[in-house]
Amino acid sequence: MVSGGEVKLFGMWASPAVRRVEWALKLKGIKYEYVEEDISNKSGALVQYNPINKQVPVLLHNGKPIVESLVILEYIDEVWKHHPILPKDPYERAMARFWAAYSEDKCRDAVRRVFFAEGGERAKAIECLEETLRALDGELEGKEFFGGENIGFSDLVLGWMAFWLGVSEEVASFEVLDPKKFPWFTSWIDNFLQVPAIKENLPPRDKTVAFFHGYRRLHLAAPNC
Amino acid sequence: MILERMAAAGEVVKLVGSWGSPFVVRVGIALHLKGVGYELLQEEFGKKSEILLKSNPVYKKMPVLIHNGKPICESMIIVEYVDEVWASAGPSILPADPYERAIARFWAAYIDDKLPSAVPILIGALEGSKEQAIEQIFTTVQLLEDAFTKCCKGKSFFGGETIGYIDIAFGSWLGGLKAVEKMVGIKFIDGEKLPLLVGWAERFCSNDAVVNIMPQVDMLIEFSKVFQKKN
Repeated sequence: MVSGGEVKLFGMWASPAVRRVEWALKLKGIKYEYVEEDISNKSGALVQYNPINKQVPVLLHNGKPIVESLVILEYIDEVWKHHPILPKDPYERAMARFWAAYSEDKCRDAVRRVFFAEGGERAKAIECLEETLRALDGELEGKEFFGGENIGFSDLVLGWMAFWLGVSEEVASFEVLDPKKFPWFTSWIDNFLQVPAIKENLPPRDKTVAFFHGYRRLHLAAPNC
Repeated sequence: MILERMAAAGEVVKLVGSWGSPFVVRVGIALHLKGVGYELLQEEFGKKSEILLKSNPVYKKMPVLIHNGKPICESMIIVEYVDEVWASAGPSILPADPYERAIARFWAAYIDDKLPSAVPILIGALEGSKEQAIEQIFTTVQLLEDAFTKCCKGKSFFGGETIGYIDIAFGSWLGGLKAVEKMVGIKFIDGEKLPLLVGWAERFCSNDAVVNIMPQVDMLIEFSKVFQKKN
């Protein structure tokens, strides 16, 4: 375990954004205290440390808060320089950041749309999602991970798809993870989930499926919330 | 208008984009801060050039920086790339301290969450509630005034004595904000409510790295008529 001051992580067990921070901490062997937040009843501490967004994850390092999971990952990589997450070369760093942004700007939205789509909207939503999977599949061609031989920044940011996309498929009854259509991406999922820091740090599947069933029901009942 | 400069020997730097886009302006400012010569490949409105489609097949959007044949996409990612590649040329765009870098990245992400989804609505380039867009812009600029008060009071820019990451992320929108102020008759960067930002905006817009790149307000207003014609 590596120290380097007091590290606290405010999180929520089902949140992919929180897990990606935990994966980074585990990969670097950084000791931290985890604080589970009740999202329906946010603590004073969370609101104090993240007054603008009031969201998890929040990393507290020696009392200073860092928010937004991608910002936290870059911070962790800069403070604890061993076992680097981002590559050294500026062009490769830009590419890693590009695919991380793609995860947040396109993939999340695409999965969300399918997850909540009903009736006629579903087919179109699936088409959009498959477009993103095609892009990711293309980027992975010839590689074990987005980061190359080892997992890196893009893998950690896109990593939610390795677990939560499967959960979404089960909850919302759809199927997109076809090895024939997306051979590299589906292999990547297997590779990613085998990495010890990841494998040992995933939420329980059944509990997660139940949680997202509830989440989906709630949203479909009151879609403007 | 965007000022191009002669590239250094052996370096080929091209910027695919359009003069009016705040995202393109960001990259132009970063290149100017570092004294990097580049060629602007001006995109035609309503059309996407071959080079844009080839260099950014995923998003098909500008800006794209093409450095010695390699494309880099997404404006703030490009700004960081420029800062890293030309680290020894010109002042650092991102601060050295990791915590301050995290703050800078947070604000850039916040700005990109709030302004691109609001300003274009007021120009007529995006569908949406004008009232909500106006409120969103007011909230954003007030938070940035507070942030400037907390971190940078007494200094010229968010980045300190020189233009930095937050300055570029936010400042690139000043042309568009001023245009929208005229079009809807609302003052967003109001001297009474945002005294620090008013001073900051003047310093930013008159800075050498910005003055020839920031699109002129009248030209933006003229350009935005194309959206009104459609509606």
